[in-house]
Amino acid sequence: MTTSIRTVGVCGAGGTMGAGIAIVAARGGYRVISYDVAEAQLERAARQTAAFFDKSVERGKLETAERDDILHAMERTTDLDRLAECDLVIEAVFEDLSVKRNLLKQLDAVCPEHTIFASNTSTLSITEIASGSSRPDRVVGMHFCLPAQLMRLIEMSPGILTSEDTFRAAWAWTERCGQTPVKTQDKPGFILNALLVPFNNDAIRAVEAGVAEPVDIDRAIKTALGYKMGPLELIDLVGLDTQIRLCEAFYPVTLDPRAAAPPLLRRMVAAGLLGRKSGRGFFTYEGDAMFGA
Amino acid sequence: MRYAIINPGESRSFLDGDPFLAGAGSVSEADVVLYCGAPYQPDAGKGAIIVELGQECLGEHTGEDMGEEGSNVLGFARYRNGADAPSNLVELVRQPRTPDAALGAARAVFEGAGLSVAVCADQAGRIIDRLVRPKYNAALRLLDEGLATQRDMDLTCRLGLGYADGPVERVVRGGLAYHHALTKALFETYGTPGYAPARRAVVAAARERQRS
Repeated sequence: MTTSIRTVGVCGAGGTMGAGIAIVAARGGYRVISYDVAEAQLERAARQTAAFFDKSVERGKLETAERDDILHAMERTTDLDRLAECDLVIEAVFEDLSVKRNLLKQLDAVCPEHTIFASNTSTLSITEIASGSSRPDRVVGMHFCLPAQLMRLIEMSPGILTSEDTFRAAWAWTERCGQTPVKTQDKPGFILNALLVPFNNDAIRAVEAGVAEPVDIDRAIKTALGYKMGPLELIDLVGLDTQIRLCEAFYPVTLDPRAAAPPLLRRMVAAGLLGRKSGRGFFTYEGDAMFGA
Repeated sequence: MRYAIINPGESRSFLDGDPFLAGAGSVSEADVVLYCGAPYQPDAGKGAIIVELGQECLGEHTGEDMGEEGSNVLGFARYRNGADAPSNLVELVRQPRTPDAALGAARAVFEGAGLSVAVCADQAGRIIDRLVRPKYNAALRLLDEGLATQRDMDLTCRLGLGYADGPVERVVRGGLAYHHALTKALFETYGTPGYAPARRAVVAAARERQRS
C-alpha cells in the first residue's frame, strides 16, 4: 500500500521533542496537527514555535510570508479523533512501552488504513511497540535528535513486521523534510543511544571515581575530540532523570554494565539536581528559551 | 613562566618544529622543568617538575604512599589518538597531595603556549582513553553485529551528536593495533568488560605481529 503524505499528526506535541518534530514537518510543507492531552502544554509549545519561526525570519532563514504560511498550517488539538485526517502520525509521548502501545491501539481505531505510524522512541523496540497495533506492518521507528528543529539526523528502524512500502514512504518523507535518515536495526538504543548512554554513564563514573572535575572532563572531551558538548553538559541538557530512564530501558535488555545507572546519578536525581530543567546538575544554569532559529 | 625541557627529541607530545620546544630555556633559569623520556631529577626549588607520560601512571615515576603521595612533580601527556597528530589538549596529572602552587605553575606553562589543560587524577587511561576506548570497542562490536554500516554509524555520531568524526573512522585512523594495546592494558587494570579489546582490534594486532 503506497501512502501519499499530506497531513502529519504529532502525538506528545506539547513536549520539547514533539514540538520540534512538528516544526520539522511544518517547515517541510506539510499540514500538521499537534496533539497532546494537556491544552496548556500545547499552548506553551505554540508560543515557543511562533518565537522560533520569528527568530528564523529575523535571521533571514525564512520570509515573513513563509513563516505565516507555516504557522497557518499548524493546528493543535487535545482530541485524538482529529488525527483521523493524518497520513502519517509520529508519536513522541512518554518513553514507556505500555503508553506507546496503548496510543497505537487508540490510533488504530481513529486513523484510516493507509496511515503510517512512526515512533520517536530512543530506547524501546519498534517491534514491541508495533505489537500494540493491529497493523504492525504500518509501524516504523523514526528517532529524531534533540533539538529536533535543528538536528538533521533521523534514525530509521524497521520492526520485524514493518512492510517495505511503509519503510520506504517514511524514509522518503524524512528526506522531503530536509532531514538525513540513517537505517539501523531494531536494537536497544539504535546507533546513537547504544553508544551515547554508556559513554555518558562512564563520564559520570569518572566524576564519581575522582578522575577529574566535570569541567575538566568536558573540556578534555571537547578539546581532544572536537565534540560540541561535553558528556556532562549533554546529560544536564537531556536531564539526569531522563538518563536514569534511559539506563533503566537499556540495562535490563542488554545487561551491559556500562548501561547501568551509576550511583552518583541516582544520588543527584534524589537531591533534585536534574540538569538544565532544575537549574543545576553537573553545572549551574539560568533561563529556559528554546534553542535555535 | 619560564620552562626548560630535558630530552625534547623524545617527546610524543611535542614533535619536531613544535613552537613549544622553541620557547624552552635553560634549566637553571626555568621555573618549571619538563622531562620527556628521561628520568626526572627532584628539585624542590622549582615551581613544578613535569614528567611526560605514556600510558603509565605518574606513580611509576614518583612512587606512591597510599593516598598521601604528592609533591611538585606532576605528569602530563598531550592527547593523541594513536597515529594522529597531537591535539591541543594536555592532560595534567596530579597526585592527592600535589600542592596547588605546583599545579598552577604547570598549568601556566601549557596555557601560556595556547594549549588547553584538563587536570586529572593519576588513573589509568586518564580522562580521554578511559572514556572513549570502551565506546570504540562498542562501536566495533555493533559493526560486527550488523546494527548499521560503518558509514551510517559514523554519520549518525557526526550529525546526531556534533562529533568531528565518528567512532569507527576515528579508531581506525588512530590504529586498531594501537587501540588493542591500550584497551588490553586498561582491561588488565580495571577488569571491566568495556575495556576488553574488540574482535577487530584483536585481528589488527595479530596481523601486525605477523608482519613484524
